[in-house]
Amino acid sequence: MRISLFIPCFVDQMSPRTGVAVVEVLERLGHEVLYPEGQTCCGQPAFNSGFCDQARCVAEHFLDTFADAEHVVVPSGSCAAMVKVFYPELFQGTKRAAEAKALGERTWEFSQFLVEKLGVGDVGASFAGKVTFHDGCHGLRELGVHAAPRTLLRHVRGLELVEMGEARTCCGFGGTFAVKFPEISTAMAQVKCNSIIDCGAHTVVSNDPSCLMQIRGYFDKHGNTLPCLHLAEVLART
Amino acid sequence: MSAITDEFHRAAGSVADDDDQRAFMRKALGGYEHTRAGTEARFTSWQAARDAAAALKWDALENLHALIQQFVDKLEKRGVKVCWAEDAVQARSYILEVVRAHQARSIIKSKCMTSEEIHLNELLEHEGFNVIESDLGEYIVQLRKEAPYHFVFPSMHLRRGQIDDLFVEKHGYVSNEDPEALTMEARRVLRRKYLEADIGFTGANFGIAETGMISITENEGNARLTTALPKVHIALMGIEKIIPTLDDLALLLPMLATAGTGQQLTCYNSQYSGPRSGDEPDGPEEFHLVLLDNHRTRLLADPEQRDALRCIRCGACLNVCPIFKNIGGHSYGTTYQGPIGAVITPHLRGLQDWKHLSHASSLCGACTETCPVRIDLHHHLLRNRRNAAKAAPTMFERVVYGAFAGVMRRPWLYRTLTKGSRFLNWLGKPVAGTVLDPVRAWRRTRTLPDPAKQSFKDYWKQHRKAGDAVRASAPTVPTVPPAPPAAGAQS
Ligand code: SF4
Repeated sequence: MRISLFIPCFVDQMSPRTGVAVVEVLERLGHEVLYPEGQTCCGQPAFNSGFCDQARCVAEHFLDTFADAEHVVVPSGSCAAMVKVFYPELFQGTKRAAEAKALGERTWEFSQFLVEKLGVGDVGASFAGKVTFHDGCHGLRELGVHAAPRTLLRHVRGLELVEMGEARTCCGFGGTFAVKFPEISTAMAQVKCNSIIDCGAHTVVSNDPSCLMQIRGYFDKHGNTLPCLHLAEVLART
Repeated sequence: MSAITDEFHRAAGSVADDDDQRAFMRKALGGYEHTRAGTEARFTSWQAARDAAAALKWDALENLHALIQQFVDKLEKRGVKVCWAEDAVQARSYILEVVRAHQARSIIKSKCMTSEEIHLNELLEHEGFNVIESDLGEYIVQLRKEAPYHFVFPSMHLRRGQIDDLFVEKHGYVSNEDPEALTMEARRVLRRKYLEADIGFTGANFGIAETGMISITENEGNARLTTALPKVHIALMGIEKIIPTLDDLALLLPMLATAGTGQQLTCYNSQYSGPRSGDEPDGPEEFHLVLLDNHRTRLLADPEQRDALRCIRCGACLNVCPIFKNIGGHSYGTTYQGPIGAVITPHLRGLQDWKHLSHASSLCGACTETCPVRIDLHHHLLRNRRNAAKAAPTMFERVVYGAFAGVMRRPWLYRTLTKGSRFLNWLGKPVAGTVLDPVRAWRRTRTLPDPAKQSFKDYWKQHRKAGDAVRASAPTVPTVPPAPPAAGAQS
C-alpha cells in the first residue's frame, strides 16, 4: 500500500525520531511510504485560538500537499482530528468543502490505521518492560482511538501493559492553553504524572507527541527520567 | 487583560497550587464517578437514553413558543400568577413587589441557581428581608457568605471540620463532627425557619407543558417544606426548562439523578400545579411563577450553540472536568461553573468579558462525553473563541497568526526559518527562563527539549537517497530499511 505521511511541524522539529519510527514500522510491514515534502502544519494552533481565516489558509496548503494521497497517516491523534473532524467545519460553505471532507476520510491516526485499516495487531516488535498508555484526548474523544494502541502494545514481545488510574484524564497540554494558563496546565500534568508513577509503569507511551512533550517536560523538571515514548518508537523496536 | 480575567488567573492559580484542596476534590469526585458508572450500567442503554433525552429537549426548544403558551395557560387557569421576565431586572422587581405586597419578613428558599443568576438574595437582604436557604449545602455557603462552589454540590469544597466550626460560630453548636449530628443541627435550626417564613421560594427543574406543572428534584425534602408551609409560593424558572409531556419525566428524572449524583432517582421529585384549591388541606394560598429569559432567547437564536439550552443542570460536566477539578468552582466567578458555565456565560453576560473561560480549557472533551443531553460542550468553547477573535482580535494575536499562516503555507520559508530556529535556540540559551524568554510560562514548570539536530525533513532526504541506492543495487523490494539516525533514542 502507498501511504503518505504527515509529520506534524513540531514533530519535524522537536522529535523527528517519532516520524522515523513510523517510517520504520510501515516499511517493515512492506508498505511504500511517501512523504510529500511541501508539508508544514495542519493549522490547528490558529484554529484553536479562534483565527479561522488564518487556519484555513494553512489548511488549504495541506489540502494541496495531500491532494493525490491515497491514505494519509499521522502519528498524532490531535493533528489527525484536526483534519478529520475540524477541517469539514472549517471549510463548511466554501468551494473546497467536499475536498476537505474526502481528505478527512482518507486520513488516519497511526494506531487506528494499523489496526483498523491494515488489520495488523502484531508488528513484530519487542520491548522489555512495564508500560502504561496515555490516551491523547483528541485521539480518544474526537476519533474514538482507544483499543487500537492497546492491541498493538499487547502484541509487543516482552511488554507488560498496565493501566493507570487517570488513563482517560487529560495531561493538560491543550496547545496554547499550556502557555496561557500554565498553572492549570501544570496542575493537570502533575495529576497525570503521579498516576503514571502510581501504576508502577517503567515507561509511558502515547499516540500523541504533544502530550508526551507535556509529560516529559513535567517529569524532567522534577528530576524524573521515566522514559516517555511515542507508540511508534516502541513498535519500531525489534 | 480585563479585571475579570485577571481575577480568574489569580483565583485559578491559587487553587491549582493548593495540593490538599485538589486532592480533596479528586477524591470526592472519584467517588461520584464510581457510583455513577454503576447506575449508568443499570440502564438498558445509557447511550440510547442520552440520544432520547437530547432529542426530547431539542424538540421542546424547537416548539418552545407553543409549549410555553400551553404551560402558562394551564397554570393561569388554576390561578397561578405568571410573570414573563425579559431580564434579571424585571424578575427582581416582580419578586420584590410580591414580597412587599405580603409584608413578608422572612423568605425560605429551596435550591435555585436561577435566583443566583439574578442575584436575588442580595436584593432581598438589601431591602431588609430575611432570606434563608433551606438546602443544606446552600445553607452552609450562605452562612459563610460565599457563592455556591458547584451548582449541584454548593459546599463540596468544605470539610466536615469546617462545617462544624461554622455551626459552632453561628449557632453556638456544641462541636461534633459526626455527619448525622451536623445534619440534625441544621435541621433543628431550619425547621423553625419554615414555620416563620411568609414566603416559600423555589426554582424548577422542569416545566411540563401538557399538564402545566413544575417539577422539583431534591434529596432533602426541603423543597417540599418550602412549598407546603408558607402561604405564598414563588417559583423562578428559566424558559428552557419546558418539556412537552408528563411522561417525559420518566426518562429525564432518572437521567438527571444518574448524571447528577449517581443515584437512580433522587429522594424527592414533586410536581406543583398551582395554589391550594378549595378542598385541599394544605399548600400555598398564592402561587407566582416567574419565567425568565435573561438572554436565553439570544442563545436560542444562535443555530450553532442553541443545544446548550438543552442543559438540565445536572452538573456532570463539572464533575468530570479536569479544569474544574484543578481550579475549583469559585475561580470561575460565574453562577454556572465548569464547562457549561464557560459555554453559556459569554452568551448571558457578554462574550469579551467572559471569553477567557473558553480559552481556559485543554479541549479534552470529557464534558461532552458525559453530558446526558449531548451538548457539544467543548466544541462550543472553540466557537466562542472564534466568535470572540472575530469580533475583537487582539493586535498581538493578529500578528502572530498572520505570521503563522504566512510561514506555514510557504514550505521554503518554513524550511529557512526552522533551520534558523536551531541557531536562534542556541542564541537564546542565555535568556531561557528570563522575562525575555518567549516560552517562559512553559519553562517555569516544565522543561522544553531543544530542537533536534536533524529535522525529520532532513532525515527524509537522506532516507530517500539511501532507499534509491538500495533500489539501484537490488531492484527487488528492499527488505532492510536504512538505519535511522536516532530511532527510539530517549531524550
Ligand atoms: S451541560 Fe450537560 S452535563 Fe453539564 S450540567 Fe448541563 S446537562 Fe449536565
